[in-house]
Amino acid sequence: MRFSLGKFALPLYSILAFIYILIPIAYTFVFSFNDSLKTNLIWRGFTFDKWLNVCRDQDVCVAFGNSILIGVISTIFATALGTGIAIALVRYRFRFRSSVNLLLFLPMATPEVVLGAGLASQFLSLGVNKGIVTIILAHIMFCLSFVVVTVKARVASLDPALEEAGRDLYANPRQVFWKITFPLLLPGIAAAALLSFALSFDDFIITNFNAGSDMTFPKYVYTAAAKGLPAEANVIGSAVFTLAILIVLATQINGEIKRRRLTKRS
Amino acid sequence: MAFAAFSSNVKVDAKPTKTGKVVIALLAPGLAYLGVFFLTPLIALIMVSLQVPDPTGVYGKYVPAFEIGNYAYVISEYFPHIIRSFSYALIATLLALIISYPLAYFIGVKARPWPLLQKLMLTLVIAPFFISFLLRTLAWKQIFSNESWIVTTLQQIGFLGPDQYVVGTPFMVIFGLTYNFIPFMTLPLYTSLERLDIRYLEAGADLYASPAKVFRKITFPLSLPGVISGTLLTFIPIAGDYINASGEFLGSPETAMLGNTIEANFLSINDYPSASALSVLLMGAILILVTLYVKRSGTEDLL
Repeated sequence: MRFSLGKFALPLYSILAFIYILIPIAYTFVFSFNDSLKTNLIWRGFTFDKWLNVCRDQDVCVAFGNSILIGVISTIFATALGTGIAIALVRYRFRFRSSVNLLLFLPMATPEVVLGAGLASQFLSLGVNKGIVTIILAHIMFCLSFVVVTVKARVASLDPALEEAGRDLYANPRQVFWKITFPLLLPGIAAAALLSFALSFDDFIITNFNAGSDMTFPKYVYTAAAKGLPAEANVIGSAVFTLAILIVLATQINGEIKRRRLTKRS
Repeated sequence: MAFAAFSSNVKVDAKPTKTGKVVIALLAPGLAYLGVFFLTPLIALIMVSLQVPDPTGVYGKYVPAFEIGNYAYVISEYFPHIIRSFSYALIATLLALIISYPLAYFIGVKARPWPLLQKLMLTLVIAPFFISFLLRTLAWKQIFSNESWIVTTLQQIGFLGPDQYVVGTPFMVIFGLTYNFIPFMTLPLYTSLERLDIRYLEAGADLYASPAKVFRKITFPLSLPGVISGTLLTFIPIAGDYINASGEFLGSPETAMLGNTIEANFLSINDYPSASALSVLLMGAILILVTLYVKRSGTEDLL
């Protein structure tokens, strides 16, 4: 009875907080069904038209396609580079360890506007033309540290005895890595790749400094915001949201099923 | 720890050269990448921040120099923006902490008997990450737009004057900043609170401590690592943010923050030295504040 206040106040508060968190998402969804004209500011009636003809305005879809391309390529590179660093940090002892940790921490502690302006001034002084390539180069840079952090957690929880057992059974280092270490690391690597893609896909600030005239989806939204955003942008935002939430829910339910099966067995 | 078990392995120490090669092969590509695309840009930024306009007077062209005066210029020119950036970031971080703490406590402590519910609620907390940052900010703009029922109602009940609006005010910018960074606050708080041993709270209550005292003396100190990392994870990006404060989104020229001035100087008026000097100042100020904060709270191992 001592915590009776928390019994009702806290759940109620949490429900209110969740409503607050979800309001803009619901708004974006609702207005993706708006029978709007050029701008999407007032409700003019329900329609599926924007969902069925997303690409009527070519610009939205070109920007969306660019964002996917940039996300995929930078994720591949950031994940490969970051996984190597993560394995080295957990599994090996070497000098300059703390300097390496600092170098990885700094990009995460630097405001995006500084990262963006820094790269842009480097491209400027080297005379590099900005475009999709420079966006990808920038995205690999800021996703790298997040990949290291995510994969590191997984490497640390890996039992080294498994690799030792492999070596005892005369597996060569390559076999040990590809047959034991890599498959066990895969969930961590997959999580890091998803995080990296999400970061890249949603990034605006760093992209804006290094994009030149090329469009990404967030940059399209920023440019269109001044003159009014078409409902097609809401469609793409809502579709990406639904897909991402489904992936997260599926992995959670999958994990829960596995957990229950394990507890039943033991 | 797993690492300790592995490092005691004699085999590894017996072949240092081989290990060295493997470590270099694993580390070198990633670190070289950060060297080229993170460290040298920072150096480039410092160098550009000291440049002076081209003597021949070509617009947007600057030549290498050592003009420390650029810093004095931007500090005097953009002093209000600097103050605004850090005060908005401070207020929004505190608001995010106040809003997130009870929520994180509910998910991490009260909802423990239902792990699936915990996971679902955590998914809801990070749900805003899955919709574009710009789209959710624009949604708030439209919800509080001048013609919206919220604003007209506020005007009717006299809370706002007939020609007073919400969008473009510091209130709206801080509201947007708080909203956008709440997940960064809630997640670390949850991680700390989830590990909290309830028996400590029960012991406190058994010894006749009031709920408020239990919170002040036990719950809050034990959740301090989460509070520290949460406040850092929100304060740093907020101080550099320029979406919420920009005129196209929730702000107006009167709410422009450091990020807005950096963007305008770099991308619109091509004053690269000023933009770079402001960036260096922002980064330096944040590094100093973070170091002081972490030192004072005595949780250096957190980084």
